[in-house]
Amino acid sequence: MKYTRLKIAVVAMACFAVSAAAAHAESLAIRNCTWCHGGSAQGYTPAPRLAGQRPQYIEKQLMNFSAHTRDNPFSKLYMWGAAANLSPLAARNLAVYFSTIPPKAANDGDRELAAAGRAIYQEGIPDANIVACVACHGPNAQGVGEIPRLGGLAYTYLKRRLEQWGQGYHAAAGPPMPQIASKLSPKHIAALASYLSFMK
Amino acid sequence: MQLVGLAVLTIVFSATSRADAAASSNSAVVAKLAYCQDCHGQSGQGYRGFFPIPRLAGQQIEYLENQLRAFVERRRPNPIMSNVAHVLSPDMITALAAKFRDFNPKPLGGGPKDLVAKGERIFQDGVPEANVAACAACHGPKALGYEQIPHLAGQLYPYLIKELTNWGKERGQNPAHPDASFIMAPIAHSLTKSQVDAVAAYLSDLK
Repeated sequence: MKYTRLKIAVVAMACFAVSAAAAHAESLAIRNCTWCHGGSAQGYTPAPRLAGQRPQYIEKQLMNFSAHTRDNPFSKLYMWGAAANLSPLAARNLAVYFSTIPPKAANDGDRELAAAGRAIYQEGIPDANIVACVACHGPNAQGVGEIPRLGGLAYTYLKRRLEQWGQGYHAAAGPPMPQIASKLSPKHIAALASYLSFMK
Repeated sequence: MQLVGLAVLTIVFSATSRADAAASSNSAVVAKLAYCQDCHGQSGQGYRGFFPIPRLAGQQIEYLENQLRAFVERRRPNPIMSNVAHVLSPDMITALAAKFRDFNPKPLGGGPKDLVAKGERIFQDGVPEANVAACAACHGPKALGYEQIPHLAGQLYPYLIKELTNWGKERGQNPAHPDASFIMAPIAHSLTKSQVDAVAAYLSDLK
């Protein structure tokens, strides 16, 4: 065969160019997210960690930002715009990508409150009609399906979300989080958020 | 005359305090019901949490009461539900069971549709070669249950599978206090995995 090595070189360069272009295109969409959510998607306050989050949860949140269902102040200020032009397919692809990044725990809660938070999370407070989070979110706060992983999220983020539902803001999923969180006192919230922030 | 007056006052006051007790216990029931609904769904339809949380809507009152007592007495070990149940008075249990009895939402569904026909055959006819009676014989042809026998129509697919698969490890766990759950033990044991899946698929779709 004539010019074999030349042909091989041309094909190799073409493949490299195509994959480089694809990687470049992919990284643009991801960089739109990591501006705020942190270079390794571990979160950068006030934006929560996306790494290791349940993909169906991320996808659902993105669609609900577009639909303006999730309406707390930071969502309105940042995420309504960020998600406005996302197609469902793009939302799904981003969600899957972020879900595969290994998460790191924020470890920024109050250590003294973690034990109290653990009791609320694993056992609830039946006398105060507060359910045990473990039933839906799992023994390691890992979540399932559309139910988010809470383990290792930042203390301030968890605290703010729990407070906001008590203030009447809406969740993407509708019930039950708003009514559950409405029953939590500030002490309960601080304890839960602390406990969860340390979980791997 | 004074005695009559005293009698009237006693009746009036006791009626009032009974009304007060009824009013405060009613608001306690409403609050406790909302607590149950947080996990079991606004209409008691169940929820696919990390653990499958069963449908309570339309459930037989006696069955629900028995299960709540079983959680407290650890005949049915479940850390989440024994916590929930141990603060419930018998009156509260009966009140809650009556509320859930009256809910009738659509089934949550989500089970595999292709197994429904096979599940219906097992439910209605049993599995004679395995000595498994027809479920319908006790649970009713529409799986509505009767007294202690639970309503199964519309129950969650993963929950039904879990219960049938783990029956011997989850029910009747206090040998000192055997309960009616022993009836299901040989049946659950004799069903194969694919039969369990099929029955669960059929029931989870049933209105």
